[in-house]
Amino acid sequence: MSKTYYTRDHEYLIVEGETAIVGITDYAQEQLGDVVFVELPEIGKKVTKGGEAAVVESVKAASEVYAPLDGEVVEVNTAIADDPSLVNQDAAGKGWFVKLRIADAKALDGLMDEAAYTAYLATLG
Amino acid sequence: MTDETPLARTPLHELHVALGARMVPFAGYDMPVQYPAGILTEHLHTRAQAGLFDVSHMGQAFLEGEDIARRFEALVPGDIAGLAEGAIRYTQFTDANGGILDDLMATRLSDDALFLVVNAGCKRQDFAHIAARLDDCRLVVLEDRALVALQGPKAAEVFARFAPEAAAMAFMTWRRLNVEGVELFVSRSGYTGEDGYEISIPGDKARAFVEKLLAQPEVKPIGLGARDSLRLEAGLCLYGHDIDATTSPIEAGLLWSIGKRRRAEGGFPGAARIQGEIAGAAARKRVGVLPDGKAPAREGTEIADADGRIIGKITSGGFSPSLQRPVAMGYVEAAFAKADTPVTLIVRGKPLPARVAAMPFTPHRYFRG
Repeated sequence: MSKTYYTRDHEYLIVEGETAIVGITDYAQEQLGDVVFVELPEIGKKVTKGGEAAVVESVKAASEVYAPLDGEVVEVNTAIADDPSLVNQDAAGKGWFVKLRIADAKALDGLMDEAAYTAYLATLG
Repeated sequence: MTDETPLARTPLHELHVALGARMVPFAGYDMPVQYPAGILTEHLHTRAQAGLFDVSHMGQAFLEGEDIARRFEALVPGDIAGLAEGAIRYTQFTDANGGILDDLMATRLSDDALFLVVNAGCKRQDFAHIAARLDDCRLVVLEDRALVALQGPKAAEVFARFAPEAAAMAFMTWRRLNVEGVELFVSRSGYTGEDGYEISIPGDKARAFVEKLLAQPEVKPIGLGARDSLRLEAGLCLYGHDIDATTSPIEAGLLWSIGKRRRAEGGFPGAARIQGEIAGAAARKRVGVLPDGKAPAREGTEIADADGRIIGKITSGGFSPSLQRPVAMGYVEAAFAKADTPVTLIVRGKPLPARVAAMPFTPHRYFRG
C-alpha cells in the first residue's frame, strides 16, 4: 500500500516501502504553465532535503524541484525529459520526476497528507 | 500587507479578468501574462492566425510645435524629418554617452506634429525628457486611450471587416480611421515579426471594440508571456533587458534604424560615440545564440569562449514555441559576433555548447504592399 505526502513547495511523494516517487503537484504545474524543459539528476545521486533534485522550465522561467527529504536517486523518469508536456498533462501520474530511496522514514512526519495539502492550497487563494 | 502603490489598470482590465487571464504586475500595471489557453498555444496561434494584445500600458502622446519633426531629431538618432506624412520610424532616445534611454515609435504627422509610442516602464521619464528638451512644444499625453495590437497572418483580413481602408496601409504607416463612429489611430506595425496593426482606441470604447475583434474566429487574446516569446523569435529588443543606458544602438545592432543623413550629420545625444562605433569600433555586439541542446539559457547566463573566458552575457532567452528549441540573444565581444561562432553557455554552473546565430529566428512577415 502506498501513501501520498505533500510539501509546501507543491511536491508530492508517493511512498511505498523505503522508496518515494517524487513529482510536482497539479497546482504546481498549473502555476508553471507549459513545461518545455526538464533536467533530471543522475541515478545514484545523494540528495539532501531542500537541495536541488531537478530543474523544470516553463516558457517563462526556470524553477528548481527541491528534494523533499534526504535520500538517494534510484530512478528518473526519462519520459518527461523527452516530452516535458507530460508534466502538464499528468503531473501526478506519467509526469513524475524521480524515485528516491528514503534515508530516514521519520522525515515523512514533517510532511502533509492529502487533507492537509488541500487545506494548505485553500489558504493560497 | 505592505503599502505598495496600487497597480494601475488598463481600460481592458475587467475584460482580461472575465477571460480568465492570470494577472501579474508589469511596469506598474496589473496585466495579463497568459489566458487559459497558455503561452505555447497563444504564441502558435499568433503565428498561424491572429492574436489580440492589450498594450495600453505603453505611453501614447502627440508632440506639437513648429518644425517639431526636425527638432525632435535632437533627442533621437532616427531620421524623423525625412519621413513622409503618416510614416513611422523606430528609434531610440539616447543619452550623452550614446546609451539608450528608451526605444520608441515616432510617426511624422506633419512638419509640426508627431505621434509617439514609448515603453510603459519609461514613459514618465521619457515625457519629462521631451518636456525639458523641447520646452516650447506641446506634449499631449493620451492617458485616456487604450492601445491594442492585432498581430498575425490573418490580422489584415480580420481588421478589414471593420476598417477596409486599413488593408492597403503599408508597413510602418499610421492613419486616423473612423470605425463605427469611433476614432482609431491605426499603425501597421507590431512587436511579433508578423503583419498586423497597433490600434489606439478611446478608453471608454475600447472594451466593446476589442470584444468585436475577439468575436472573429481567427482572433484569440494573447498575454505578455507570448508577447515576449514572439518578440524574442523575431529578434526584437526588450528595453531594460536587451537595451538600456549601458548599450549603444550600434552595439545593439540597431544601425538600420539610423538613416544615412543622421549617421553623417550627427546632432543627437551621444553622436560622438555612436558615429565612432559606426566607423567600426563597437567593442561588443548583440547577437542571436542557439544552444545546441535542449536547456534554455535565460537572461543573465554568462557566455564563454572555448578557453572558458567570459566574453558576454545572455540578455533574453527562453524556449521558442515555433522552432521547438531554446533560443536566446545577448552581447558578445565583437570578435565572437559572426554567425556560427561556437560559444559556451554557463547554465547552472555547467558549460553547454552553443552557437552564435543570425536573427530573426523566425522570418519577419511584414506587409510590404
